[in-house]
Amino acid sequence: MSPVDTLIRRHRLRAVELLPWAIAVGAYFAFADYLSLGSQILIMILFALSLDLVLGYAGIVTLGHSAFFGVGAYAAGIYAVRVSGEPLSGLCVGAVAAAAVGWASGLVILRTHGLTLLMLTLAVTSLLAEAANKANFLTGGADGLQGMDIDPIFGVFRFDLFGRTAYLYCLVVLFLAWLFARRLVHSSFGRSLVGIRENTARMHAIGSPVRRRLLTIYTISAALAGIAGALLAQTTQFVGLTVLGFQRSGEIVIMLVFGGIGRLYGAFVGAGVYMIAQDQLAKLEPVFWYFWIGLLLVLLVMFARGGLLGLLDRLLRR
Amino acid sequence: MEALISILFHGLAYAMILYIVSVGLSVTMGLMGFVNLAHGVFAMAGGYVTVTLMNSYAVPFALALLAAFVVVALISVILERTLYARLYGASELDQVLFTIGLIFMSVAIVRYLWGPLAQPVRLPAALSGMLDLGFRSFPMYRSFLIVVGFVLIALLWLGIERTTFGARLRAAVDNRRMAESVGIDTRRLFSLAFALGSGLAALGGGLGADILAIYPGYATEYLVYFLMVVAIGGLGSLRGPFVAALLLGFGDTACKYLVPELGAFFVFAAMIALLLWRPAGLLGRA
Repeated sequence: MSPVDTLIRRHRLRAVELLPWAIAVGAYFAFADYLSLGSQILIMILFALSLDLVLGYAGIVTLGHSAFFGVGAYAAGIYAVRVSGEPLSGLCVGAVAAAAVGWASGLVILRTHGLTLLMLTLAVTSLLAEAANKANFLTGGADGLQGMDIDPIFGVFRFDLFGRTAYLYCLVVLFLAWLFARRLVHSSFGRSLVGIRENTARMHAIGSPVRRRLLTIYTISAALAGIAGALLAQTTQFVGLTVLGFQRSGEIVIMLVFGGIGRLYGAFVGAGVYMIAQDQLAKLEPVFWYFWIGLLLVLLVMFARGGLLGLLDRLLRR
Repeated sequence: MEALISILFHGLAYAMILYIVSVGLSVTMGLMGFVNLAHGVFAMAGGYVTVTLMNSYAVPFALALLAAFVVVALISVILERTLYARLYGASELDQVLFTIGLIFMSVAIVRYLWGPLAQPVRLPAALSGMLDLGFRSFPMYRSFLIVVGFVLIALLWLGIERTTFGARLRAAVDNRRMAESVGIDTRRLFSLAFALGSGLAALGGGLGADILAIYPGYATEYLVYFLMVVAIGGLGSLRGPFVAALLLGFGDTACKYLVPELGAFFVFAAMIALLLWRPAGLLGRA
């Protein structure tokens, strides 16, 4: 049996699940001029995927996920400027830093719920943004972090001007992260998260270590978000304060919700559609873009819970 | 000593604004459990109404504030009846998404109508300058804010503690089902409380235009402060948010005054630590 067969069999892959990857590879050849946008989309998909683990599966409503994205971006960026331009170790640094922040903040945040939890997720992000803003010597403050020089991957694949390497790099990282996330949500651990989302009290009652499970997934998700941030830092060679903003946290939630939460592929659909639409429409009038997004969000909550994939489900079921 | 007085004074004025803006949110949360992240939008709207009336139509300050209160209370009650009411009892995520949608829309509208820059605030002559108290002089406007803040708090306290409306509201916050079964129309009560809270937020936005700048980022930039006041104070109480607003006002002012190179970092850290100690807030009912 070939390794690919093993992979497919073990994960019980359905053919349709390969569709996003076929599109992503196809896009590499078909839209060679848009590869930098393509990398951005892949990064946002990874970010949205990490959010789906906490929001969609564990049911933690957070507005501060950009904290981990930002920490990953800054950690990888600072690592590249100060220590080494080697990209893969940079990704690890981003992931570990974000996971550490995720774990530490999760210890506090996950003790609460509802409005307090929301506020804490916001407060952690504000705290980090303030830290990044004030630590000028390290982060470049409001001017952003510049001067990164990223080495070729494995010492072979140079980051080129057209973003080809960057695109494929992001694609491979996203694919691995997706395999991991998919494995995770179908594991018994993943099922217990859904249990916690659906009925926390009952999970407590059957002896499930609820808080520890939540903390674990929060940390894992933070690490994935950190990798997404690190990818952004490495492929654009710039980190600005906006990576830690409310806007980014809000937008990523919106992308995920547009796609559909708790279904792993909502991140792909949502981030893809959102980023492409933004690229096409927001050029004309960026102010209106946010108006329409807001309106769409209100309508979505009122009429189309479940997002695009939810709508698709309903259409197919008819 | 100089520094301490300065911090206390400015912190108090700041706390008043935070409290006036946020107290409505505490009631909304306590009464219906509705996570209304768009509360800051009402404060922002109040700020824009006040500043525009004063700058473009030369309306007196007091009248502009009144107009802001009325206009925003009306808008909010219309929104509450048509949209918010459909999401009572919906999941927290739905409420969050809906109110984020409102924030995005309002930010876009405000940006389109007024542009991205902060609105200039022209205070009436009687309120600018300094107030000389003999041993020291204080900025007139901040002193005015503190006085107005205390008057509003007194009115609020009287309204909640000494009127039938207040008694009904307290009953509904304590136990909504019980209140309903003794014949209190909680839906109407809630609409009223919602309008009042939003109106107060508008008033806070207008009064505080000098402290919290009126610009399109208002509703998101200060959101975390408003939420902090409510979360740390504890839901559904009047006193809790006041204590929280004082802590936040003094803390933030002190940090920015004493260690400007760290900015608001300490305040956020302290607030997070505070919630670690009391997850339900200072005066909250767990």
